[in-house]
Amino acid sequence: MKSRIPLILVACGSFNPVTNMHMRLFELARDHLHQTGQYQVIEGIMSPVNDDYGKKGLVSARHRVAMAKLALETSDWIRVDPWESEQDTWTETVKVLRHHYNESLRLFQSKKGFMKNKQHIERSTEDSLSSQHSVLPELKLLCGADFLQTFKTPNLWKEEDIKEIVGKFGLVCISRAGSDPARCINESDHLTKFQHNIFLVKEWIQNEISATQIRSALCRGLSVKYLVPDSVISYIAHHNIYTEESERKNEGDLLQPLKLHNAAVNPPNV
Amino acid sequence: MEDPERTEVVLLACGSFNPITNMHLRLFELAKDYLHETGKYKVIKGIISPVGDAYKKKGLISANHRVTMAKLATKNSDWVEVDDWESSQSEWLETLKVLRYHHQKLLSPDPTNSLQDALPLARPGRKRKQEPNRHDPVKKKNQSADIKSVPQVKLLCGSDILESFGIPNLWKLEDIVEIMENHGIVCISRIGNSVEKFIYESDILWKHKNNIHLVEEWITNDISSTKIRRALRRGHSIRYLVPDVVRAYIEKHNLYSSESEDRNAGVVLAPLQKNASDSKN
Repeated sequence: MKSRIPLILVACGSFNPVTNMHMRLFELARDHLHQTGQYQVIEGIMSPVNDDYGKKGLVSARHRVAMAKLALETSDWIRVDPWESEQDTWTETVKVLRHHYNESLRLFQSKKGFMKNKQHIERSTEDSLSSQHSVLPELKLLCGADFLQTFKTPNLWKEEDIKEIVGKFGLVCISRAGSDPARCINESDHLTKFQHNIFLVKEWIQNEISATQIRSALCRGLSVKYLVPDSVISYIAHHNIYTEESERKNEGDLLQPLKLHNAAVNPPNV
Repeated sequence: MEDPERTEVVLLACGSFNPITNMHLRLFELAKDYLHETGKYKVIKGIISPVGDAYKKKGLISANHRVTMAKLATKNSDWVEVDDWESSQSEWLETLKVLRYHHQKLLSPDPTNSLQDALPLARPGRKRKQEPNRHDPVKKKNQSADIKSVPQVKLLCGSDILESFGIPNLWKLEDIVEIMENHGIVCISRIGNSVEKFIYESDILWKHKNNIHLVEEWITNDISSTKIRRALRRGHSIRYLVPDVVRAYIEKHNLYSSESEDRNAGVVLAPLQKNASDSKN
């Protein structure tokens, strides 16, 4: 039987806050990829964006990472990685993918070296990397359909980045009934060229818990129970994270990627 | 905090809960927030009442499991609880009877387990003897004989239930009327739904529309039990759609399969059978 390719899913986003829907994306993606028969999803990584991103209402990464950790406590395969949020500045998505891919390669090589030195290789379950020591892991970006749309936003993405994200790594895109990611792909040359590397997963059980609406509900004192894990709700209440004031943070500011583009196009006079 | 102006409300949700999902649990939260914001109500309790096995719906698994899962799901809720009176009856019971029973239970401190409690309420407006209610989680309020201090038991449901009023022989007309007149309905529906139109097109619902509270659900939340069971049959994950303890329970007992889905296949639903035979007499 052909070995399945070990696969790591990375989701980048604000996670402001993390919701049940974010976690569903991972579950849906894993089920779908397993059913292709080609992949074995070995890890899910949630990577909250850096504070420097400058999005309106973005609360401190310290909190966003802590909440994601609480939410993922019961998961045995998804974890939160604070690397992106701990960098000095905002980091392009492609760099985050490269970082996690290199990390996974390092781990893979060290395990391989370890295995070679063992007298006998233990027979392990299908899930274990050691049973697939001949197959390099792959890493893909996990996202929602709205994400695909953002490729169209002028100056938000660098062309070469899109090519690398979709061409070298690949996308797993979860869409809801009614959205049309196929059309989005069709309307973009880059996406069309690499469409074999874009996995479209349809979410039939609609569960559109937008973090923006969660924050709005919290500000109004409305319940968000069963939309967000209880531990996250407690954390938010304890630290009083989302308020009218927090919602106004970065108001009127440009997103960091757009700022960078402007600087590149209109360099300041030295 | 004393709130003498607000009417106390208990929300009662009847249904299969096969299995209970995060969507069911959200109904309670949405209804409670909505009623509080009207300024007129204070929700003191939520009750989940799973239907009995005698309902004979296709795919309905044993009430024991459904009640247990609902209890697991509400373990960390400080106001929503599960009641198994309905599910422990040997025959299927009309929703109205369940509403009456719970209203009666609120009024008298020693609830019996008999169907006597499912008899029609006394005419509203009559003063009742105020007795301490041991089921009331809220600290005891003033024992006034004001009609406003009698808790109301309202039926909590989704728009599909309301719209099922139109299915022939599923509901008795007099039951629908009494539900609305004596209890009231809190109906949660999605934005863009057709419930308002449905109410408009029905004379009987229109007449009582003040007793139907329509709550809009701002999050498209389509986590139906049917879809959960389907996902389970296909080996798909149901994490984050149902409470984790419920997921673990389902897995442990291997509750849902193609076999379980075939239960009661071809059997006529209890209310349809009952109302059809009643009308023949």
